[in-house]
Amino acid sequence: MSGDVMCDEKGFCVQREGERCVIDATGVYYRQLNEHIRAALEHGVTDIEVVQVRGQRYIATAVEGDVRFAVRGVPGQDLGAFMRGPTIHVHGNAQDGVGNTMDGGRIVIHGMAGDVLGYAMRDGRILVRGDVGYRVGIHMKAYMDRVPVIVVGGKAGDFLGEYMAGGAIILLGMHSGMADAPITGRNLGTGMHGGVIYLRGRVPEYQLGPGLSMEPVDEADLAFLRGHIADFAAEFAGKFGAGAGGSGTEGQAAPADAGALAVAILSEPFVKIRPFSHRPYGNMYVGTN
Amino acid sequence: MHVKPISQHFNDFVIERERARCINCEVCVRQCSYEAHFWDEARQFVVHDSARCVGCHRCAAMCPTSCLTIRKKPSDFRDNSLWTSTYIKHIFKQADTGGVLLSGMGNPQPKPIYWDNMLLDASQVTNPSIDPLREPMELRTFLGAKPDAVDFIHTPEGPRLKQPLPPQLQLEYPIMFAAMSFGAINFNLHVAMARAATQLGICYNTGEGGLHPDLYQYGANTIVQVASGRFGVHKDYLNAGAAVEIKVGQGAKPGIGGHLPGEKIDEEVSRTRMVPQGSDAISPAPHHDIYSIEDLLQLIYAIKESTRYRVPVAVKIAAVHNAPAIASGIVRAGADIVVIDGFRGGTGAAPTMIRDNVGIPIELALASVDNRLRDEGIRNHASLVVAGGVRCSADVVKAIALGADAVYIGTAALVAVGCTLCGRCYTGKCPWGIATNAAQLKKRQNPDVAAQRMANLVRAWGHEIQEMLGGMGLNSIESLRGNRDKLRGVGLNEVELNVLGIKHAGL
Ligand code: SF4
Ligand code: SF4
Ligand code: SF4
Repeated sequence: MSGDVMCDEKGFCVQREGERCVIDATGVYYRQLNEHIRAALEHGVTDIEVVQVRGQRYIATAVEGDVRFAVRGVPGQDLGAFMRGPTIHVHGNAQDGVGNTMDGGRIVIHGMAGDVLGYAMRDGRILVRGDVGYRVGIHMKAYMDRVPVIVVGGKAGDFLGEYMAGGAIILLGMHSGMADAPITGRNLGTGMHGGVIYLRGRVPEYQLGPGLSMEPVDEADLAFLRGHIADFAAEFAGKFGAGAGGSGTEGQAAPADAGALAVAILSEPFVKIRPFSHRPYGNMYVGTN
Repeated sequence: MHVKPISQHFNDFVIERERARCINCEVCVRQCSYEAHFWDEARQFVVHDSARCVGCHRCAAMCPTSCLTIRKKPSDFRDNSLWTSTYIKHIFKQADTGGVLLSGMGNPQPKPIYWDNMLLDASQVTNPSIDPLREPMELRTFLGAKPDAVDFIHTPEGPRLKQPLPPQLQLEYPIMFAAMSFGAINFNLHVAMARAATQLGICYNTGEGGLHPDLYQYGANTIVQVASGRFGVHKDYLNAGAAVEIKVGQGAKPGIGGHLPGEKIDEEVSRTRMVPQGSDAISPAPHHDIYSIEDLLQLIYAIKESTRYRVPVAVKIAAVHNAPAIASGIVRAGADIVVIDGFRGGTGAAPTMIRDNVGIPIELALASVDNRLRDEGIRNHASLVVAGGVRCSADVVKAIALGADAVYIGTAALVAVGCTLCGRCYTGKCPWGIATNAAQLKKRQNPDVAAQRMANLVRAWGHEIQEMLGGMGLNSIESLRGNRDKLRGVGLNEVELNVLGIKHAGL
């Protein structure tokens, strides 16, 4: 890419073309990489493509505002932690801690993601095409009009939505590399005291956390699901169900068109899991001094 | 016949009212949030129900005629050193309700208090003592990682450090106000702590309840805490303070999470924590993104990245058996400050069995952590702050001689504004207006008055610390750090002396 070279006072330089820039992460330690990114943002760049990413941590961590990242390769831990506003597309798989304590924005992962995705996330969207690891969406919370949503196209490991206090997790279980695994692992929603988990299909009852049950979705749930599934389908149309090792949408080729994909996703019944109380431990104690 | 649950027959306190002096003004009725005093319409005077009294002494303090006395209820049970009334009453309560015993404030059990078994030295003849009223006496303390070696360059303005120092927290006294969340205590006291810390040139800790927008202005004297619930934690919050503290554990309840009951979550608390009103705010026992030292490193550096390496990052753990090894891991994970909270640390609410039986004394944990970090040659990589049961300036001096860089005071700061350690902080009804968010109760704390009282306390301790230092012939707190030769043990066995790294008195 041609264009201006800009440098900050510490000597970090990036090439830019108007509001876009490309940063090559080959052999760059994460601290320097993130300095480059911050320098670019401070120079008014709004679209950053980071290429050759090989596990560098904290990309877009604590970044604020209406900026866009395209990450090519595998970003390291805590991608987009504490971030508020940016949109990140990961063209590859992501490691653990995606969107840790995220405060807003959008992360789209075109592959799989690791453990503790969306931990304590307060707002924003995370869309994952494939599978996610363990402890996803733990302690997600909502406040006023801020409702975080995670949509996962594949399957999830144990402890999905544990301690969940708000927001929504939508688990489709479709684009998965784990054909024989149940859609989610054990201890689903344990200690949940807010929010909702939607599953496409069912899981055996024993996988649910204590006191929880699966309920059918109602019209309001379906309206909510339709919106988020349309969003999901728009991101992954033509690339869903045909990924490496993917079991696919019932073994068929992926619909190339977002509308058709959304219809295919919604063709199976969903169930929801809700907390049985906002105060799960309210009656557990007797006071002394 | 109306049958009361058995536990209600055995109340802890009796209210005595000198009827002849009582003027029936009903002050006590209004002051007692437990409704132990009330107006008897039929008899036209104020009466009481001692069974409701928690022994906070608010009514007695406020009664205009001083006609109230709150006494412990005289022993109901036959003496039995095993089955004390505490255990009998616990069983009655649990048999009545099936509940887990819940307590507020720190561990009240008669376990060893090592501060009381250590004595300080003073100069006589050979090295003259110093009078802090006439000579400079340095209490200033810097918390943060210190380099292994320093290089200077000479400039016309004098020598300058070649390499920049890692970020430091500058304190004018080696004392800070401990983490007590907004929610556990109310906004007026957060304002008070922030103002007192600013006046004193020290820091207060937000606790895990977020930071109210009105308090961002005190950021230079604020440590913002990140706990497992991540309440109110976001980019601006992380950057609002002079340091960030990751709370892994708390001395009063090692190994378990926190749980602010829905009753205490009013509109302002809800706004600051960013959680809905009335539902419980639950902090999971661990941070579920931290299952190892490597994971801790990840969070430490996520915070350093978020704050652009401007501020020190502290990690707080409870004093547990393995504290030295854990502290070593914390330092190696990149923390700039290690905080150890002893088993006497206070709390707004903890299961009684945990509070009273889990964790170890801070004095022993401090000495062994300091030893371990020295032995490994990494003591300078992080400062050491201790908390949990520091009651007076002599405790501070002993802590520093054992190896601490500074202490946190929580309970002492609350006592400064009226807390009588009634231990019922979890009810949200604190009659002293401290551990409550109820509008009628919290207004009992005026932020200016409370700030002044807290500042007075720390200043007074500062003078006393200077006196003790001067008496030892030292003119700066730095010369006392880890100077265990200034301590002697009394009534301690050899193992205790070894762990503390001090000699017995007389040696
Ligand atoms: S405050 Fe004192 S004088 Fe007033 S009613 Fe109560 S006991 Fe009587
Ligand atoms: S104010 Fe406190 S001491 Fe007085 S009756 Fe009420 S609980 Fe007891
Ligand atoms: S803060 Fe209030 S409720 Fe807690 S011990 Fe002190 S006086 Fe009692």
